[in-house]
Amino acid sequence: METAVVERKVFDIDWYHRLLALMEGDDLNKRVTQLIHSLIVPIAAIGIFLMLWGAGAKNVETSLGVLPGPAKVWEQTVTLYGEHNAEKDKETAFYERMQAKAEKAREAGKPQAKIDKYLNRKYVGTATFVDQIGTSLLTVMSGFILASLIAIPIGIIVGMSNTLYQAFNPIIQIFKPVSPLAWLPLVTIVVSAVYVSEDPMFEKSFLNSALVVTLCCLWPTIVNTAVGVSGVSKDLINVSRVLKLSWLTKTMKIVLPSSVPMIFTGLRLSLGIGWMVLIAAEMLAQNPGLGKFVWDEFQNGSSNSLARIMVAVLAIGFIGFMLDRGMLMLQKNFSWDKSAVLR
Amino acid sequence: MNSYLKIDHVGITFPTDNGPLEVLKSVNLDIEQGEFVSLIGHSGCGKSTVLNIVAGLLQASTGGVILEEKEVDEPGPDRAVIFQNHSLMPWLSVYDNVRLAVDQVFKRSKSKAERDEWTRHNLELVHMSHALDRKPDEISGGMKQRVGIARALAMEPKVLLMDEPFGALDSLTRTHMQDSLMEIQTELNNTVIMITHDVDEAVLLSDRIVMMTNGPSATVGEILEIDLPRPRDRLALAENPQYNHYRAEVVRFLHERHEQPARVDVKPEETVTEEPLQKVKVAAKPESLRLVS
Repeated sequence: METAVVERKVFDIDWYHRLLALMEGDDLNKRVTQLIHSLIVPIAAIGIFLMLWGAGAKNVETSLGVLPGPAKVWEQTVTLYGEHNAEKDKETAFYERMQAKAEKAREAGKPQAKIDKYLNRKYVGTATFVDQIGTSLLTVMSGFILASLIAIPIGIIVGMSNTLYQAFNPIIQIFKPVSPLAWLPLVTIVVSAVYVSEDPMFEKSFLNSALVVTLCCLWPTIVNTAVGVSGVSKDLINVSRVLKLSWLTKTMKIVLPSSVPMIFTGLRLSLGIGWMVLIAAEMLAQNPGLGKFVWDEFQNGSSNSLARIMVAVLAIGFIGFMLDRGMLMLQKNFSWDKSAVLR
Repeated sequence: MNSYLKIDHVGITFPTDNGPLEVLKSVNLDIEQGEFVSLIGHSGCGKSTVLNIVAGLLQASTGGVILEEKEVDEPGPDRAVIFQNHSLMPWLSVYDNVRLAVDQVFKRSKSKAERDEWTRHNLELVHMSHALDRKPDEISGGMKQRVGIARALAMEPKVLLMDEPFGALDSLTRTHMQDSLMEIQTELNNTVIMITHDVDEAVLLSDRIVMMTNGPSATVGEILEIDLPRPRDRLALAENPQYNHYRAEVVRFLHERHEQPARVDVKPEETVTEEPLQKVKVAAKPESLRLVS
């Protein structure tokens, strides 16, 4: 006991803890301490990171010039946003012009078909950075939701029956580590063979990307759901037996709620994987989205390309982070297990 | 012959890696309606197995259980079980935990309003009306067990089966719970089988104490009638010679029937000469060993 106390004193002398200890006086000071923890410390860390990046990047000479520092990247962020606004303005102007032409045609007594031609004319512009973000988000969410709709029921069934678990386990284990890039050619060929329609509801490229995301999102959700379902406390199962609950009631009222924390763990993993997979798939297949943006800039090779790629990298990271936080919020709202460490 | 609940020559054998293991052998017990029976015995003697067979959660290998002239072969709400670790759904509130059982058992026979009324009534009975909306994680161990009892009572079971219901509680909470249980028992006069490790608890609550021999092949050793007037008061009973006699009887049984002792006292002056072939494992903490020249 004595030695333990002495040891603590020896190790506690770093300035940071001393500062915190000084501040821990009353409630207000505690809040200040919390503020320091949750705000100032991360901001300081980001500041140090930016400084190191700025200092380090200057020394890296590439074929496209010096590796851009934070300032250059910020400049390009503003430029990209400006390009997006300019494009949007062009689009609005285009539609206004068409509207005006239609009005004029109506006044001139032209037939309705002619007027409709003007009104239905679509603006064909270049996809801006912001558009690409939107496309990527839509694709990843579609693929992820489709995967979840398939994976959760499979996970429940596999988790409830030992036989089915034995049957599915090898399949899951083999497909789980498959890289998205291996799926991509297969999906592309299958989609172009199977999805033939005069008036397609979705773009083929969208389907390709979304399905690749689905294929990679399935496994973590299946595995975690199955583990959650098979781990339902034996006592709770006994309660359901004593109450003579039907299979459906048992599943809905006991098995499913009980495995909700594990299902969410699977969904969070899946969405994280899905987002990474999507960027790779878009790059490789030239499907619209952030991945294509990165690839285009890489091919472009202008003096701004490196900075623009870095903007995309940061955007990808930030969006991935926000998606994860979103899932975490859902988990906090829906999961009964508040004691679980949510990080 | 026509007792309310008849446990008739029940035996159970489990397959293990070392061949079949007979856990229970020919357990016989007749229980009358409204009777409170305790099962007491050493750990691992198969008390819980008896209870699970009555509950229908396990199937007897030989013999069977007959409740009101009908054989028990599956679990059902007419034999409600109170588990040691309360087994409440952590995602449901106190009210919803009981309501789940009420809805299931009285699906057809009670209206929605009646089921709500009945849920609240049973929670009132265990003094939990103040915490209807709390989650199990937000209440104490004793309170959880009260909710577990309310859930079991709400099923209006023919037999209430309690598997060491207060085993996981601290002794103060346990005494409160025992008093509550006696109070409820006075009111409802349920038929109860309770498993316990606690001699005082068994004598205080029971009409009869069934003492089980040690396993494997455990069976009923002795049955002790507890002829103490009700309502019983633990403080008054502490001085009661009859109570102390019953207590002593149970303790004596448990001590004598201790056929597989968990602890061996080896005295150095004793030389073990009889039965030289018997193997004995002796363990000693290193700090309690002392070398003497």
